[in-house]
Amino acid sequence: MKSSVSTREMRRLYRTMVTIRKFETLAGELFAAGKIPGFIHLSIGQEASSTGVCSVLRPDDYIATTHRGHGHVIAKGGDLKKMIAELIGRKTGYCKGKGGSMHIADFSLGILGANGVVGGGFPIIIGAGLSIKLRHTDQVAVCFFGDGASNRGTFHEAMNMASIWKLPILFVCENNCYASTTPTAYACSVNNIATRAAGYNFPGVTVDGNDLLAVREAAGRAVDRARRGEGPTLLENKTYRRRGHFEGDPQKYRTQAEVAEWEKNDPLLRFASVLKKKKLLTGEMEKEIREQVDCELKEAVAFAEQSEWPNPEDALEDMFVNP
Amino acid sequence: MTERMISCSAAICEALTEEMARDEAIFIIGEDLVAHGGIFGQFRGLPERFPGRLIDTPISESCIVGAGLGAALTGMRPLVDMHFADFVTCAMDEIVNQTAKIRYMFGGQVKVPLVIWAPDGAGLSAAAHHSQSLESWFVHTPGLKVVVPSEPADVKGLLKAAIRDDDPVIFFQHKKLFAREGPVPEGEHIVPLGKAAVKRPGGSVTILTYGSGFYMSMEAANELAGMGIEAEVIDLRTLKPLDFGTIADSIKKTNRAVVVHEACLSGGFGAEVSARINSELFDYLDAPVLRVAAKDVPIPFSPRLENFVLPKAEDVISAVRQVVYR
Amino acid sequence: MTSRIDNKRCLKMYEQMLTIRRFEEKAIELFEHNLIRGNIHPCIGQEAVSVGACSPLRRDDFMVNTHRGHGNCIAKGADLKLMMAELFGKSTGYCKGKGGSMHIADFEGGNLGANGIVGGGLPIAVGAGIGIQNRGTDQVAVCFFGDGATNQGTFHESLNLAALWKLPVIFVCENNLYGLSTPVRESISVVNISDRAMAYGIPGMSIDGNDIIAMHTKMTEAVDRARAGEGPTLLDCITYRFFGHFTGDPGKGITYRSKEEMGQWLERCPIKRFRERLIKEKRITEKTEKTMEADVKASIEEAVQFAKESPLPLPEEALQDLFH
Ligand SMILES: Cc1ncc(C[n+]2csc(CCOP(=O)(O)OP(=O)(O)O)c2C)c(N)n1
Ligand SMILES: Cc1ncc(C[n+]2csc(CCOP(=O)(O)OP(=O)(O)O)c2C)c(N)n1
Ligand SMILES: [Mg+2]
Ligand SMILES: [Mg+2]
Repeated sequence: MKSSVSTREMRRLYRTMVTIRKFETLAGELFAAGKIPGFIHLSIGQEASSTGVCSVLRPDDYIATTHRGHGHVIAKGGDLKKMIAELIGRKTGYCKGKGGSMHIADFSLGILGANGVVGGGFPIIIGAGLSIKLRHTDQVAVCFFGDGASNRGTFHEAMNMASIWKLPILFVCENNCYASTTPTAYACSVNNIATRAAGYNFPGVTVDGNDLLAVREAAGRAVDRARRGEGPTLLENKTYRRRGHFEGDPQKYRTQAEVAEWEKNDPLLRFASVLKKKKLLTGEMEKEIREQVDCELKEAVAFAEQSEWPNPEDALEDMFVNP
Repeated sequence: MTERMISCSAAICEALTEEMARDEAIFIIGEDLVAHGGIFGQFRGLPERFPGRLIDTPISESCIVGAGLGAALTGMRPLVDMHFADFVTCAMDEIVNQTAKIRYMFGGQVKVPLVIWAPDGAGLSAAAHHSQSLESWFVHTPGLKVVVPSEPADVKGLLKAAIRDDDPVIFFQHKKLFAREGPVPEGEHIVPLGKAAVKRPGGSVTILTYGSGFYMSMEAANELAGMGIEAEVIDLRTLKPLDFGTIADSIKKTNRAVVVHEACLSGGFGAEVSARINSELFDYLDAPVLRVAAKDVPIPFSPRLENFVLPKAEDVISAVRQVVYR
Repeated sequence: MTSRIDNKRCLKMYEQMLTIRRFEEKAIELFEHNLIRGNIHPCIGQEAVSVGACSPLRRDDFMVNTHRGHGNCIAKGADLKLMMAELFGKSTGYCKGKGGSMHIADFEGGNLGANGIVGGGLPIAVGAGIGIQNRGTDQVAVCFFGDGATNQGTFHESLNLAALWKLPVIFVCENNLYGLSTPVRESISVVNISDRAMAYGIPGMSIDGNDIIAMHTKMTEAVDRARAGEGPTLLDCITYRFFGHFTGDPGKGITYRSKEEMGQWLERCPIKRFRERLIKEKRITEKTEKTMEADVKASIEEAVQFAKESPLPLPEEALQDLFH
């Protein structure tokens, strides 16, 4: 798998990670500037997971994501303009301003939506998997979720159903060491969430979630397995949430030293150094990528800020196809 | 179209047979569907006729409803069988937070052609966990359509309409009425969602009802006729969207209304109907709107207790007599 | 093996199993005569699980029950009279006629109630375990549930919490191979339900649930562990219901179970097996057995009589007991 990644693909992956990092950083700034209503959950530090997993997906594959979902949407090909517009509540946003940060979806890209309910994506992904099976296609469905979500009943019901029906599903746990203020170890009765796969008779794999290629390789294997009709896999990407649970989180539950330690384990730096070692990335190229992404984001912000606000009465639309 | 006398159960089956033959995207998912054609025999014959399209699940209500939702989002048209309406509680997140909100929350990007079929109601000594009427919870949840038919013809016509609808519909059917027979048209018979039916014309009072309340109301109306009180009985059939036009036309004529349902009183659908009548038809009213409903307790087991809690035709009669002052 | 358990206890367990069997037979008969309304989920065939799981318990231990719960009630020491009266819907019943077969509770006897919701009891057992831990007593809570219930989200949430907090809860799965019409092999992703214990890092064991001695022994170990503060155990007790899912199940479940299968399990009847063993080990004489049968019969007759003679609740009582 590793060797089959082309140079172009490697650079593209790096670029995706940079985009996510910069998007999240920008979202944090916009939030701090009071431009984003409500609250936002950033995935800084977790870019390798979203990028690695989505890199093995096809456009017609499905993903269900979480409250911390910007990265997944970007990695699956989401439109930055519509994303920013949604974050700031404009009419041109993905959901016409009805969803916001926690509810971005793009059904044309197979993004079945982020979710404000922890563990809310599991039952939906079962439906997507079942539908693939009933339609006899070779699509796959991926469910991203947090360590916290793995304690919800929906996790259990979904794992069991996916297993008995051999559904083409990849369950991706982004174990970022915390569920809000709660350390994973406090709330999970096992050390590795992947261990839980034993309760359902399918493979569970734990990988270094900050190692892009490791994630990609494990996800690739699981996706191939699913496409072959051999059923689900539980992939646990061990990573770390470097920002607060939400922007503005006082973070009294952890030390700055701990965060600093994980900063050294930065997925972007790690992948960049791999690329540089292989001479696939030069400082020059890196700079270029960064500039391109900055430029794209600038355009996205301009687009969003110039976009109209929805009309108040628009709040009454989009509920039913046939009202 | 020829009509025959068939039961509500047979009507469900007929609707599903016709719809499933018409559209391959339709499938049914839930617990214990195949062995007996559903636990009430409501899907009898379908497993043989449509192999692989009735899917037995583990007892995992969240994922059963979620499976319906996810499939609806990705090109299928599922009907979820809740087994008993009482078990919606185990899937409330999937119904209320996900199914009802997905289209709206995502700005109208997607349609959700999902039917949640839920047998409800009391009267079978099934006690507190197997007897509830929970429709008003879902009327109170924007994004869902709520259907509660009473007669077999409506069961067939509304079920077909619900399946063809591109929005999520929760479809309650009273367990005690499965065997109830009535004339049902053969073949293509559709009752549009959101249309009430005047099932008995009358000029003295309007009785607004649905589900099991309908039979109670008809029984009462027949007795009231003996007293010279002609009740107009309206079977609401769909609670959301509500056909307020039909309600208004009737009340403008009778100037009095009684709302009848089996669900308990407080916060019940009667409160909603009554409030709307008060705000929109106040000038036409000659008496306060009264409600006939179950008492505000869980459904008890012992037949004597259960019977006491549930509303009866005599309660409808006495409410009507109050509003006509006789 | 039996020899480690004293005679008195063996006979007591045997008598309880017999009581459950006869109680259920009687209840079915009364149901067929329309004296009991609603529906009953008989546990005939599963008596060893009920009795084996409850025999190591004390009266102050807690038990959380299911829809198929008569046997567990009896094994936990319920009064047959009050049970029968409840089935009849009489005001002298455990729940004054408000609950019925599926909702019998006896809080004084530690029976926290049966449940009409599959998987509804598991979180309640966790709550009981938390209470015990907070009070610092050495009680335990036993949670009964079916194989079907292990697919409910509540199973997962409950086992995770119990494992995490080392709660004194014993999860007893009455694995009768079917959840209504659905076979375990089609609904459960693991071969043994006890394998699921791995996902929580707690001990799990599959047991021949029709072997009362095995049941009693394994349960005793689990209870000892719980009392010692070592946390929960998951016991997968493999058994079979001879009767259908409920009193309305055609042909005792013949639509989803083969005659051969049902026949094979009848051979493994827990009562028959225990009886043969007791006779072989000369622990029971024909005379004792006869007396026991007669006593059991009498106690059930007495319960039926009590239920029949008890008054129905007054209709207005339906409005009582909602709030304290
Ligand atoms: C059902 C539900 N419970 C609680 C919350 C509040 N909440 C939002 S995010 C969160 C933590 C989730 O942790 P995890 O699943 O690990 O995801 P992470 O935030 O770490 O990405 C909580 C408790 C919620 N949104 N939904
Ligand atoms: C939440 C919920 N879903 C479905 C049911 C309907 N139902 C009652 S018992 C039962 C089967 C339960 O199987 P299991 O847990 O194995 O217990 P058993 O009946 O075999 O003792 C089902 C599906 C219910 N009562 N509650
Ligand atoms: Mg987390
Ligand atoms: Mg079972």
